[in-house]
Amino acid sequence: MKTFRIGGVHPDDKKLSAGKAIERLGLPRQAVFPLSQHIGAPATAVVKKGDEVKVGTKIAEAGGFVSAPIYSSVSGKVNKIDTVTDASGYRKPAIFIDVDGDEWEASIDRSEDIVKECTLLPEEIIKKISAAGVVGMGGACFPTHVKLSPPPGCKADCIIINAVECEPYLTADHRLMLEKPEQILIGVTILMKAAKVDKAYIGIESNKPDAIALMTQKAAEFPGIEVVPLKVKYPQGGEKQLIDAVIGRQVPAPPAIPINVGAIVQNVGTVYAVYEAVQKNKPLFERIVTVTGKSLKTTSNFLVRMGTPISQLIDAAGGMPEDTGKVISGGPMMGKALADIESPVCKGTSGVLLINEKEAVRREPSPCIRCAKCVSACPMGLEPYLIATLSVNGMWERLEKESVMSCIECGSCQFTCPSHRPMLDYIRLGKGKVGAMIKARNMKKQ
Amino acid sequence: MNVILLAVISLGGIGIVAAIVLFAASKKFAIYEDPRIAKVAEVLPQANCGGCGYPGCNGFAEACVKAGSLEGKLCPVGGQAVMEKVAGILGLDAADATPKVAVIRCNGTCENRAKNTVYDGARTCAIISATYGGETGCSYGCLGAGDCVAACQFGAISINPETGIAEVDEEKCTACGACVKACPKGIIELRNKGKNNRRVYVSCMNKDKGAVTRKACNVGCIGCGKCVKTCPFEAITLANNLAYIDYNKCKLCRKCVDECPQSAIIAVNFPPRKPKAEQDAPATADNATQAEA
Repeated sequence: MKTFRIGGVHPDDKKLSAGKAIERLGLPRQAVFPLSQHIGAPATAVVKKGDEVKVGTKIAEAGGFVSAPIYSSVSGKVNKIDTVTDASGYRKPAIFIDVDGDEWEASIDRSEDIVKECTLLPEEIIKKISAAGVVGMGGACFPTHVKLSPPPGCKADCIIINAVECEPYLTADHRLMLEKPEQILIGVTILMKAAKVDKAYIGIESNKPDAIALMTQKAAEFPGIEVVPLKVKYPQGGEKQLIDAVIGRQVPAPPAIPINVGAIVQNVGTVYAVYEAVQKNKPLFERIVTVTGKSLKTTSNFLVRMGTPISQLIDAAGGMPEDTGKVISGGPMMGKALADIESPVCKGTSGVLLINEKEAVRREPSPCIRCAKCVSACPMGLEPYLIATLSVNGMWERLEKESVMSCIECGSCQFTCPSHRPMLDYIRLGKGKVGAMIKARNMKKQ
Repeated sequence: MNVILLAVISLGGIGIVAAIVLFAASKKFAIYEDPRIAKVAEVLPQANCGGCGYPGCNGFAEACVKAGSLEGKLCPVGGQAVMEKVAGILGLDAADATPKVAVIRCNGTCENRAKNTVYDGARTCAIISATYGGETGCSYGCLGAGDCVAACQFGAISINPETGIAEVDEEKCTACGACVKACPKGIIELRNKGKNNRRVYVSCMNKDKGAVTRKACNVGCIGCGKCVKTCPFEAITLANNLAYIDYNKCKLCRKCVDECPQSAIIAVNFPPRKPKAEQDAPATADNATQAEA
């Protein structure tokens, strides 16, 4: 079975909620929409206090090319435009909507029928995706239409669908594949048309045999789509790792991006959002969120309206267990501990993980013993111990030479470190500093 | 015997030839350096802190000599005394410089600002602030991990274990500004030391709305603007829900200190208050003259 070549770790799977069908979660009393839910410029609000909105009404406009509009997931009245603590832990501007009833915009096709035909031109598809506010649903939230509009001189020859879900615990993509396989495959054909390619691969890790079997069977009806089973290894869901695993090409160091080797990678959740946007006229305002944790009463996969406070998801899963140490938005490897469980579900919230006090404790770091486990674990072929030390000492020029910008922040180094050194904390700091340095230099050149 | 002699002669010969070559080279490739640079560098404290804005003490000395005037040049470590010595060497007038001191604009002690999360990652302020807003509801205040302490070469800043926030020892502080650069929250400011070290400043950097601030911290500035109205000298401005006192305009009358409902304005090094009639008038007049300096 295929996998990527360098590094990688094997965290315990713990897919507790894999057998739980997707449930629709009730409406919140108040929905909160942060204006910055994606990479790029924040959206700008187009509603004001007191405005009536319906489900699917545009409430914020894209703030630039690399940006995405935001749609209301509820019907009701705009209460205020204020700040809210989002997953970053900082207060950011957001639109607050008081929920009243559940009235949808008439343009949205709410039927369950599967619409197979798509007669739109590639440019029209990309326009529609952009207008629907679709962003990468794997967690990075990169606007999808930007990925589909390659820079001049680049041409994609295939699309790779990321259905790896290599994070332990998370099962949102897994359930989506089991319950909406046809919609996903139609979504893939739409993306193939938009990107003008005739080959697509769906990469699925072998810990989801039911999804592999189902998708392979259904994909037979769709020309050009191939399901690629992959060996279980973290971080296979990383864009560069997935390209290496599926088609054996290596993306060079930044600023190179996947399109430079002819590949476009899209998450399977994004593909479903593309299907809904293009075929059903439904903008992105719902997503599947896994709520999981060892001490939870019931683990679940919820279909959640965005803007719902995370505390409501936890309540729906049987309430917060007493021994909860951390609530993490995302998976245990790359997710972020939440500063406030009243933060709303955003476009990138793939899961809510509650870990108990015992597991949440970060152990006291001890000195580096030069065992080089982090070097063998790094999927980007970097030397994490060295980068972290250079970052501690503020040697930014040297850090740039050691390719700190190639780091994908997967956390494999820290996971594998027997001395429990907080390497990734320091590498992120270094990345930030070096990134700013490079940006300043480029500005000077212009 | 012969061998020793031979060695001495040959080595001596090489030495003489090398000396001649070196002498010729030193004459031919000599670069003239103003001898005053070395003299100036000698009187500088050689802390190499960069507080003057030049790369170390030698860089500063060179800049002083080349500029031909000491306007706008100050060694924050040595202060006025050293600058006068420099002026003496160069035969220039030392520019008047107001001594400054680093001020921590946050009073969010453990008591005033309750923790709502626990941070357990790498303990540096730069990393904490890149990760999230901090352990309290206020994302503007002191994180207490001591990046400023590490940056200070003079041992003038420490984290008070009781309050959990940074404190400046004004005796040791030279106002080099290293801590100002190190603080990722930007809460440290260099302010005029003031006569008798008396200072009045808003000890808060919180730009959240009043209600949010009040919830997060007992002594946070809520941007009510009372101080702005009270100030007879127009020294206080309000922007982004935060008051700021301009130390060049402030005459240290302390009216704002009494007015602030959150006790966010702090007055330091004032004598304990006497009954009102006795103290108010002379204090204002006295300080008015010094603030112009």
